[in-house]
Amino acid sequence: MMWRDQMRGIYHIALKDMKTYYLKPPAISWGMVFPLAWTLAFYLRNPGDFAELVPGLLAMTIVFSTTAAEAVVINFELRLGTLERLLLAPLTVTSVLLGKVLGGFLFGLIMTGIVAAGSIIYLGLQPDISGMALISLISLLVFSAMGAFFSVSVREVFEAQTLLNLPRFLMVFLCGVVYPVSALPEGLQSLARLLPLTYTVQGLKASIFQSEGPALLRDFLVLSFFLILFLLPAIRLLQRRFS
Amino acid sequence: MPEKKAAIIAEELTKRYGDLLAVDHISFQVNEGEIFGFLGPNGSGKTSTIRMLVGLSRPSQGSASVLGYHLPGGLSRARRYVGVVPDVSNLYEELSARDNLLFMARLYGVPRAEQNSRADRLLKDFGLYERKDDLFGTFSRGMKRALTIAAALMHEPRLLFLDEPTAGLDAAAARSLRSLISGLREKGLTIFLTTHYLAEADMLCDRIAILVRGRIVSIDNPEGLKRQVRGQSLIEFSFQGDVSGLLADIQSRIKGAEQVVLDGGRIRIYGGDPPRVFDAVFQFSRDCGIGIESANTVRPSLEDAFLRITGLSPQAMASEKGAGRGQGGRG
Repeated sequence: MMWRDQMRGIYHIALKDMKTYYLKPPAISWGMVFPLAWTLAFYLRNPGDFAELVPGLLAMTIVFSTTAAEAVVINFELRLGTLERLLLAPLTVTSVLLGKVLGGFLFGLIMTGIVAAGSIIYLGLQPDISGMALISLISLLVFSAMGAFFSVSVREVFEAQTLLNLPRFLMVFLCGVVYPVSALPEGLQSLARLLPLTYTVQGLKASIFQSEGPALLRDFLVLSFFLILFLLPAIRLLQRRFS
Repeated sequence: MPEKKAAIIAEELTKRYGDLLAVDHISFQVNEGEIFGFLGPNGSGKTSTIRMLVGLSRPSQGSASVLGYHLPGGLSRARRYVGVVPDVSNLYEELSARDNLLFMARLYGVPRAEQNSRADRLLKDFGLYERKDDLFGTFSRGMKRALTIAAALMHEPRLLFLDEPTAGLDAAAARSLRSLISGLREKGLTIFLTTHYLAEADMLCDRIAILVRGRIVSIDNPEGLKRQVRGQSLIEFSFQGDVSGLLADIQSRIKGAEQVVLDGGRIRIYGGDPPRVFDAVFQFSRDCGIGIESANTVRPSLEDAFLRITGLSPQAMASEKGAGRGQGGRG
């Protein structure tokens, strides 16, 4: 069946990416070293309040690991011409891109899983695991799709990483990773509400500290909207590249 | 005699990149089971044509069908039966030879039970079995090319597109690949081959389309193309000194010649009345004081036919594709 062929293709592309690219220097430096270095810096600064920073640090790990992975899996392949090879298979452009997004998602999942497990065990946290998983999984998809969107617009890995730094750092500073959104000036609060990481941090806070139960669903829905917002233009851009 | 079935039909196929007309209203048919050559210098539109036929770029105008499937609608179904070897060997450097083939098998949905046996058979056929566990990135250019062709055959396609299969290879690797390609024809595969090597086209192709500046200027089998110049005299002179600066002088002395071409240290004169050509060149030799080393009448080769048909020099065909040309490149 046609859809089964597409699903199989998506799965094998993601699996191949895991095997092929995740030890590449850009994925390691941006996807692993950078979030871990930030975590360590905050821990050393104030070990006592570290638990409060966990949602933000998890969110940052999600953003950097997925987007770094996308820049590697898409831009390496664009440069080497291997992405064309995928497009020559009986797969749609959508399936090829979804395979790439799934690859970034899986890499982010491993990284976030390690950071989350380490934080929960070390700090003795008792989060709402299902809520945390719900927000983490949709966020991994959102930022993997965002990485794909930015990566298909350029050719080189360094171009993608540079381009991605603008939204990444903007979100790190505005979306509650380090400073609460409520502590920002009114104008910046409005801007923060337009950025997906705000809802990731909010959702993770709610699930880790089990504070705002009903808000989780709202955050999940807003993040689902962002997923579509990044995914559709990324598919269109990739289609246009080869038309 | 039953009519041959068409594997590819292209009608008025055209590709524009901005102001550049890369492919200019070309029409041709490739029959099942033949090796069809697309011969032309770099930049003549060969790769652009392949990219349109395999769905990597949309025609600006015109239509095509591949294995009976009309493009672009039938593309995804056609791709199950089509193998493509692009002009760059673009397998995964970080995967072994065998893993590259297995990945291709999985993408194309080759039954799991057959994946390993097909990969091993192809590795043996292409002389790469001993290196099956080595990373693609460690292979020589020739081995990379061979594995790229093997990868395109993993799903047992009916039609294979080969874009410049031997470009950049040393003579031994190129010879070995040509013999592999000949072997594929024996197995009944239809092959669409682009090349800028005249000898390669002559050796491998059942029919050849000559492409110049995006237009097909002739389609025939190699013998038919050669016949186009067979009725015409071709005389080749070698001189004892350098005559490259005197080409215009020679041209002005030979009346009735269609073309005078400087090819290395030799001068080739196409057409004209042979006794008059000999007289004129001997006179030129005496006047300039440059002796003639040899003078021969030559049986026209495909190269001669190509020169006659296109008006291009052999040097125009000799240049390799530019280094660093990547995705979206147009040949």
